[in-house]
Order: sequence, then structure tokens, then C-alpha cells
Amino acid sequence: MRTYELMFILRPDMAEEDQDKLISTLESAVNTSGGAVKSFERMGKRRLAYMVRRFQDGLYMLLTVEGSGGLIHELERRLRVTEPVIKFLTVRIDEEQKRLDKIKKIRDARRKTPPAPAEPASGETAAVTA
Amino acid sequence: MADETRTSTATETASGGERPSAPDRPSGGDRPDRPSGGDRPDRGGDRRGPRPGGPGGGREGGRKYFRRKKVCKFCVEKIEAINYKDVRLLGQFVAESGKIVPRRLTGVCTPHQRRLSSAIKQARNIALLPFAGRAS
Repeated sequence: MRTYELMFILRPDMAEEDQDKLISTLESAVNTSGGAVKSFERMGKRRLAYMVRRFQDGLYMLLTVEGSGGLIHELERRLRVTEPVIKFLTVRIDEEQKRLDKIKKIRDARRKTPPAPAEPASGETAAVTA
Repeated sequence: MADETRTSTATETASGGERPSAPDRPSGGDRPDRPSGGDRPDRGGDRRGPRPGGPGGGREGGRKYFRRKKVCKFCVEKIEAINYKDVRLLGQFVAESGKIVPRRLTGVCTPHQRRLSSAIKQARNIALLPFAGRAS
């Protein structure tokens, strides 16, 4: 099982109900093919950096999914077919997450081992007064 | 000519790295000297020399440029996650024209620049960053 992040942009004039409908179909597609939806986030309306299909803005959506490559293939096919989706991007994030966790672990371990060598700097002040 | 102006604006954002070589150019004056490809390797070698020392232009006398030592932002601030969604972070490494700013101007280390450039490319793909023109 791998973790993927699907970001897709919907056209800005899409109705709320239609958005919900699209999202629920995507989620059901994930569930039927043995995957799991980890999270879903509406990132809201954003200005696009360049024109896409004559749209200057878009509704950004972020779907985090756990599943196999076949599932992603299916989801991408669906997004491609769905007309209000103007752009999408899938990124695999589990390896990156593993890397980050490893770094974090190393950092935490390093922080714990030296238990704050607090040296009283009294000699220094004495030198200044003298 | 256009190339020249662009490099000068880019150095303003990063540091005054290009400045010292600028006086050389008019004195050289002519076409044959101008190709920046000739300048660049020279500057690369130059940079390795005076960088730890501090005052950049000891030779030729009158230069008083202090070349600040460039450091990798990601190493210093311990930013490990370079994500395509973080537009504010990525925007610092994209020129006004939309280009990825080279390492020699920003001082980012090679592993981080590699991650950075791939993140910028992903962000471009999903219309968070422009391919050309008008930064953010």
C-alpha cells in the first residue's frame, strides 16, 4: 500500500452540491478498489498562476489516499473524464514521509543525548570586575 | 545585453555577487570579452578563493566588496520538507520571470536545490506557480 496525494482543481463556478457529489463518487471508487481515504481537504478558491481553460481562478481540493497504483490509475481516469476538473496532480508521499520521520527521529535522539551542559559563567564576571 | 540586465536584477535579490565583475566589462569593452560564458567559470573559481577570507577583492586594489558567505536556507533553518504546496517558500527561489534561481545566486546546497527544483516544477504543474512571468 502506498500513500498518494491527489490535488485537483475544479472550475470556480461549480455548485456546492456538485462538488459533494463528485467527491463522494471519488471516495466510493477508492473504497471499492481496496483503498482508503486518509483525508480530504478543501483548500478553497485560489487564483491560478496562469490561465487554464480560460479560467483565472480555481477551487483547489486535496485528497490523500492509500492504495495501489491501479487505484490511482482509475482515479486519474475519472478526473480526466470529469468535465469540471480543470487540472490535477498526483504525488506519492509515503517515501517522503518516511524520510522526514527518519530525520525527525535522528534529531530527537540527538536532542535527548546531551542533557544541557549548563556551565555557570561566574569566572567570567569575576574577570570583568577585576 | 538582455542577459546582462537579467543577471544584475537576480543578484540584487541574492547578493551583490555579480557586481565586482561589472567594472571589468566596460574596460574590456569589446565584443570578444563580453560572452558571459567567459566570465562565469572565472567567477566560480574566484568565489572559492575569497569566500572564507571575507573581503572579496584584494587584488586590483580599490575594491571594497564584502561578499557575504552564502548559506543554504534549508540547512540553516532546518527545513526538511520542501513541498510543492508551500508556495510562499518556493516563491523565494523563483525569479520575477518565473525562472528557478540558480544555486550560485541563492546559496542553496545541491541536495536541497534538487528537491526544491522538483517541488517548483510540481507547483507549476498545478498552477500554483507560473511557468513564465508574474511571480506569485
